[in-house]
Amino acid sequence: MGAVDFGLTDDQREIQRTARELLSERSTFAKVREHAEARRTDEGLWRELCELGWPGIAIAEEHGGQGLSTIELSILCEELGRAMAPVPYLASAMAACVIEQAGSAQQRERWLPGLASGETIGALAAASDGTAELAVSGAEAGVLVLVEDDGSGRIVAAEDAEVSPLAAIDPTRSAAKVELDPTDPAGEPLEHGCPGLGRALVALSAELVGVSERALEMTVAYVKDRKQFGTPVGAYEAVSHRCAQMLLDTERARSATAQAAWSADANPEGLAEAAAMAKACASDAGREVTQAAIQMHGGIGFTWEADVHWLYKRAQVDSALLGGASRHRARLAEILADRVGASATA
Amino acid sequence: MDLTFSDKETAFRDELRAWLSDNQPARRPAADAGDDAHFEWRRDWQRRLYDAGWAAPAWPTEYGGRGASQAESAIYYEELGRARVPVAANTLGILLGGPTLMVWGTPEQKERHLPPILSGEEIWCQGFSEPDAGSDLASLKTKAVKDGDEWVVTGQKVWTSGAQYSKWCMLVARTDSEVAKHKGLTYFLMDMEQEQVQVRPLRQITGEAEFNELFIEQARIPDANVVGGVGNGWKVALTTLMNERAGLGFALQIRLRQLLDDVIAHAGEKGLLEDALYADKIAELHIRCETIRLLAWKGLTDAERYGQPGPEGSLVKWLWSDTNQRATQLAADVIGPQALTSGTSWSYELMRSRGNTIEGGTTEVLKNIVAERVLGLPRLKVAA
Repeated sequence: MGAVDFGLTDDQREIQRTARELLSERSTFAKVREHAEARRTDEGLWRELCELGWPGIAIAEEHGGQGLSTIELSILCEELGRAMAPVPYLASAMAACVIEQAGSAQQRERWLPGLASGETIGALAAASDGTAELAVSGAEAGVLVLVEDDGSGRIVAAEDAEVSPLAAIDPTRSAAKVELDPTDPAGEPLEHGCPGLGRALVALSAELVGVSERALEMTVAYVKDRKQFGTPVGAYEAVSHRCAQMLLDTERARSATAQAAWSADANPEGLAEAAAMAKACASDAGREVTQAAIQMHGGIGFTWEADVHWLYKRAQVDSALLGGASRHRARLAEILADRVGASATA
Repeated sequence: MDLTFSDKETAFRDELRAWLSDNQPARRPAADAGDDAHFEWRRDWQRRLYDAGWAAPAWPTEYGGRGASQAESAIYYEELGRARVPVAANTLGILLGGPTLMVWGTPEQKERHLPPILSGEEIWCQGFSEPDAGSDLASLKTKAVKDGDEWVVTGQKVWTSGAQYSKWCMLVARTDSEVAKHKGLTYFLMDMEQEQVQVRPLRQITGEAEFNELFIEQARIPDANVVGGVGNGWKVALTTLMNERAGLGFALQIRLRQLLDDVIAHAGEKGLLEDALYADKIAELHIRCETIRLLAWKGLTDAERYGQPGPEGSLVKWLWSDTNQRATQLAADVIGPQALTSGTSWSYELMRSRGNTIEGGTTEVLKNIVAERVLGLPRLKVAA
């Protein structure tokens, strides 16, 4: 029997707890830094996550996944965001979400088992006429899903596309420019097009929530410790109120993302609206909270040595990925306009 | 996680909704009918709720409530808001006074006071704030001195809404100036029907007077009207304040939703939803409004799971008040001159919403609460 409840189930809490424990050991900032500076994926960690079945957590069992819900997927994305894990998890999970939702039976059979086991890495990127300027994790992906503004999508094996690795501002993940021949594009269209990126947007928003949460935690710890004029700077309201704002932004993004994650399976007709809200909210929060984190760290926050910049860089990329906040607010306004129009003619 | 309602909650909503559609309030008095007529209209509405057992569903059944869960109580306020019915005349008694007595009152106090609170027969007001004690409530100066089995009270209170209609005032006064400021306070029930208590309306920026000043000169309060013991007033007052934050949130959130829905409808008619600048603002407010609802429900389910409502409620009040102000400004942009003409609900909200970030804890104080009690940041030491 239902009853409004924002809490996680015991099993979900257990997933969250084990994920946090594992990542706090395996994805320390020292490790993140080591891989970011070398611009290298943490292969050991990725293998470990694959052995644990993380990449397939929300992929159907018939395709080799664990068949859990979008809520479990978002828990993992949030934890990986918190830990800034240098692995291609998010991009691969987003590609799987879209293939599962919009691919033909054949496309699902061909790609999902590999994505579920992690043997194949996927990447999902927004494209224009077959060119994706920035595909996160694209340099190491075996399969690319390119979605166009008009709602069409294309799956293409990496070897059939022109993939040029590039150095994005977030060095904790690889990136690439992907190009298809516009007159004779490789790969095949997604069977059902790509009208909504609902579940992929949930995964992305969840990562932004994790990044924001971590930035806030680090900031609170820092301003409690750092003293000026004989007082911890966190006692000054100019600082403490900004921290309160960081919490509000993070909690708003978390609640919107939770609703979207729940909608994905329990209320699919509400997913487009919920996902647009989640991504708009999480994009804004990710930027606001991580830039506030740098500011509240003062001079040290501007150094390469302090770790807050990794969070800022990840948030900048994620905020823009699959459309920034304005784009999703525009989408939301369309939904509202349709609703008002529908009630006017009803 | 489950964002659907249980069968029991749905049944509760359906029953209330059905009752509300069969039972409308009396016709709203004309705008120029005066404050008294307006108040009597609200009192009449409370009487109708009371007769049907809907005046205070959150109260335990032994006191005439329905023993409703927190979720049902939230549904109650959502539905009242949705039906656009007036606020019950004795809302302060129902939300604050009654629950405070249930925690701290003697059996005699409960028996004497709870029934007329519920029926609206006796109206309650809240005598906390003073001219020099707003956010720093514990520094209040109104004094109560023991005289036989009575207390003699002298001082001044402010922001006392409904004082002119009230029989009882929840009064916090200083009974011991020798001890630390939080420790010298006592919580009283003061009879307003005595000439030692003078009520003066306080005209606000909307032009009306929702609030009053109280001038108290040697008022008498029997010792039996001390609530929660002498010197324990701060704790009792906190119980009242906790209920203040928890209770009305859902009704306010629905009102904001309605305001915004009206704005969206107007914007739709004028084609402004296709105008990128308006669309962006409108969508942002829609998102804010939705996250208020989600955070309010989250706070409530957390409270059901872990007991008391937490200080996270401060986030909701902060976000709501800020969003409501933005919504009234957006309304002015969308609606145009009508929103700037006196006497319209748009212009009224444009003025009234300025109070939202001040009443019930200023946004600045709420941020301090969030910083200190949620984030655990140190408190700035202020010279006493």
